[in-house]
Amino acid sequence: MNAKRYLSRSAAIAARGLGNEMMVMSATNSTLFTLDEVATVIWEALDGATPLEEIVAKNICTQYEITPEVALKDAEVFVEQLAEHGLLLLSEQPNAQSTSAPRGNS
Amino acid sequence: MPAVMAAAQRCSVVVDIGGLPIRLRCDDPAFIRQLNERYAGYVSSTNEANFDFKIELAPPNVESGDEDLSVTWDSGRWLMQRGDFRAEWDPSTFCGRVQQTTNPYSLDSVLRIVHTLLLARRGGFLVHASSAIRNGRAFLFSGVSGAGKTTIARLAPPDAALLTDEISYVTRQGDRYFATGTPFFGELARVGENLRAPIESVYLLAKGPENKIEPIVGADAVRGLLGNILFFARDPEFVKLVFDAAFDFVSRVQVRRLTFVPDARVWELIV
Repeated sequence: MNAKRYLSRSAAIAARGLGNEMMVMSATNSTLFTLDEVATVIWEALDGATPLEEIVAKNICTQYEITPEVALKDAEVFVEQLAEHGLLLLSEQPNAQSTSAPRGNS
Repeated sequence: MPAVMAAAQRCSVVVDIGGLPIRLRCDDPAFIRQLNERYAGYVSSTNEANFDFKIELAPPNVESGDEDLSVTWDSGRWLMQRGDFRAEWDPSTFCGRVQQTTNPYSLDSVLRIVHTLLLARRGGFLVHASSAIRNGRAFLFSGVSGAGKTTIARLAPPDAALLTDEISYVTRQGDRYFATGTPFFGELARVGENLRAPIESVYLLAKGPENKIEPIVGADAVRGLLGNILFFARDPEFVKLVFDAAFDFVSRVQVRRLTFVPDARVWELIV
């Protein structure tokens, strides 16, 4: 059985929504990432306290026609990629100190 | 004390780019003369400066190495380092220090970095773009190396004042953005005119079979601009400032794609 995973956004980023997309820039190397609509929903829900499975179930499966298994698998790939670039912090415990990462105006 | 003034001027030069005068001091009068020539058109006649940098020259023939550029914030100072220079700048004292070879282009790099740091606090930025003023309005032509920045600059008609063919200097004043000339040049090897005008448009350059202009909006415009902005410092606060400036800029200035054939007719579209 897989452990639950909790994700929070790194403080070393700049992020801002535009339309249905989210643009995220790494402050460590200025690499720019553009998140599509679904990825943006996940990004916005990451609070360090809610497990990824719950975010997918509540925020993705209720809004998009996708099975929970496929949605979770896609979400795991997505968060792992962002974590590799240092944009997300991955933990097996809820982050009590979690704070909202910078979110700009749309 | 004219003799004292003359001595001071032999040991320093004030370079004023974008209204931010920086005094450059060095014990070697020959290097100061070199800087006077390099930054001709941007040397202030008043000798008043907001910032002060002391330059220490490495002995001739010192290997410059091939080190990557690093710009970091450490203990209240910006540290800038590359194979051919090491520099630090303390914003609280407005003073800095540069150790470099006698190559004036090393100082060019330091000045570009310092100006990106200064501009970020003022809502501006440096961007890979040539720029020119025509009919009182500034136009930027942005793209990566090889996109055509210098080509567009070279094709500019006589009534266009060229600000740079390489690095455009963008400042914010109120709710408007301005382009200012810089001494930072590319292949054209010509210092830009020291002029300033409100920015009318930014063109993202593409070469193609015909001249055409297409609007770019929203995320595509931000992406296109951010891809060409100079981010030297690996510092979260700095990156956030410039990132936000890019969004604000795109909300106020038209961004367009300019596909062009490299001949003078392209300027018929830039009016």
